[in-house]
Amino acid sequence: MTGTLKNMRLGLALCVGVLIAVLPLFANNYWTDVCVSIGLYALLALSLNVILGQAGIFHMGHAAFYAIGAYTTAILNTLCQWPIFWTMPLAGLAAGLVALVVARPIIHLRGDYLAIVTIGIVEIVRIALVNDVFGITGGSNGIFGISRPSAFGFRIYKSIHFYYLVWGMCGITVLLFHFLWNSRIGRALNYIKADDVAAEGCGVDVAQYKLMAFVLGAFWAGMAGTLYAAKMMTIAPASFNFMESIIIFAVVILSGGSHLGVLVSAFLFIGLPELMRGLTESRMLFFGLAMMLMMVWRPQGLLPPLARSYEKIVRKLGREAGENGGAGK
Amino acid sequence: MDFFVQQLLNGLAVGGIYALVALGYTMVYGVLKLINFAHGDLFAIGAYLGLTLLVTCQLASTLPPFYAVLLVFVMVSLMVALIGYLLERVAYRPLRSAGRLSAVVSALGASIFFENALMLIYGARVFVYPDFLRPDFTVTILGFTIPGMRLLVIAVSILLMVALQAFMLHTRTGAAIRAVAIDQGAARLMGINVNRVISLVFLIGPGLGGAAGILVGIYYGQIDFLMGWSYGLKAFTAAILGGIGNIPGAMVGGLLLGVVEAMASAYFAVAWKDAVAFVVLILILIVRPTGLLGERTADKL
Repeated sequence: MTGTLKNMRLGLALCVGVLIAVLPLFANNYWTDVCVSIGLYALLALSLNVILGQAGIFHMGHAAFYAIGAYTTAILNTLCQWPIFWTMPLAGLAAGLVALVVARPIIHLRGDYLAIVTIGIVEIVRIALVNDVFGITGGSNGIFGISRPSAFGFRIYKSIHFYYLVWGMCGITVLLFHFLWNSRIGRALNYIKADDVAAEGCGVDVAQYKLMAFVLGAFWAGMAGTLYAAKMMTIAPASFNFMESIIIFAVVILSGGSHLGVLVSAFLFIGLPELMRGLTESRMLFFGLAMMLMMVWRPQGLLPPLARSYEKIVRKLGREAGENGGAGK
Repeated sequence: MDFFVQQLLNGLAVGGIYALVALGYTMVYGVLKLINFAHGDLFAIGAYLGLTLLVTCQLASTLPPFYAVLLVFVMVSLMVALIGYLLERVAYRPLRSAGRLSAVVSALGASIFFENALMLIYGARVFVYPDFLRPDFTVTILGFTIPGMRLLVIAVSILLMVALQAFMLHTRTGAAIRAVAIDQGAARLMGINVNRVISLVFLIGPGLGGAAGILVGIYYGQIDFLMGWSYGLKAFTAAILGGIGNIPGAMVGGLLLGVVEAMASAYFAVAWKDAVAFVVLILILIVRPTGLLGERTADKL
């Protein structure tokens, strides 16, 4: 039973992969741009999925780290003339560092208390950016004149270039996070999500793992921020408000928590409002309605991750134990 | 000194409004463990319905102001309570057995829906409450001249809070609500109709929220369709600050948040007002992880 389910999932993943690879061949510029934006949300949702989907941390302020990444890139690029791609690791590091500093004292808070604190963080970051806190963020106008990225002499400027850049990054992310999910860390995070007291009792350092998931997710969101800044060339605090966080949050919850689910759910969430453009003013009304209906229709999410296969884990644990001279950890 | 007292009372008035909205968050959280993100928008709907009744239905011009306002308070509370009841039936009840976060997304969807419904029905501009409803007497206490409106808002919100607390502590229904909040399964075994209690909570919370919406309309004189978000977020912060699920906590949290905000904009910088509220929240949660009056719940084993 799990076998057929797994094969079906694999087939679906292949279809989605192929579809994403050939999509721009059939899309005009406008739709390619929409798909770039879907890709950015997918990337953000994948990074949030580590925190929310895998570790079960009720984090509603992901846009804060996205913003920090985007601003790091924008500042380094416009003030220090760094090439875009060089700023990417730094954008991630900046976001990760901020996440580490702010999450450290609050990571032990119970679910809903943590939610409001993360909402608070996103608001504080936005207000700090609007008030031009270090005199380098450009206040509410933001920063403009961010240059186009180029790699190995190839200048990335068309929509289609960005499409493959963003979705390529998504592909790498899915692969890496898939390995993470299958690793000791992934198992520990899932355990914490299912029952943190039991996890603690079994010797999982809950606070440490939660912090790790939080910082990793923030790091990735920071790198997504680099791509956003490069695509838009102009960034402003209004792009990183609480609503952004909500959309990323909703994408992850609707996905059910699997990587494939995140991609599908990003298409639904960002693509649907674009399809409803004809409704103009009442677009968001139907968007809200759709959000309710989708959750009522599928409370567990579109594609929840498949159950881990027990034999595989036991085999793997045996191998790890063998490598460690039978001592395990 | 006069400036300080004025700011303090202003903070208490705003805080009273926050507290009324926070009660809706905290009561729903108490029985369902759900953050009802649409609650802020129910509050905004209250403000708009009040405007419709007063201006479009001409209650304000046909009745004496006092009776008009009183009547509108009652009618709007009932209408918003009904909307809250329907919201629970449509958007939350089908999700009750699913994960808690699914219901949160449904609540966020409901919030976006209400907000845009308000925008589509009324328009995106700012609306003004008729200003003759605003009593403009002043009271002199201990040598401080205080606008009467400010005292009235504080009095009304405290009156409603005391009434709610009396209801919760001294009636059978109140006891049933408290029982459901503690343990739904055990409450059901004691013969309490849990569904009815949850429906009741979704009547009381939004009803108070609707009343708070009218208070904002009369106190500030203007409303806009995004007020649900800004006040809702503050009220939720207040509920967490006091310890979510705890009714006196929501009151204390709301009043405290109002005063902190008023002091921050008076002595620090208005632009940082919202950030200060959150910084205070984070600092308090670091010291007291379950809020000011929240009880430490024992870890399940």
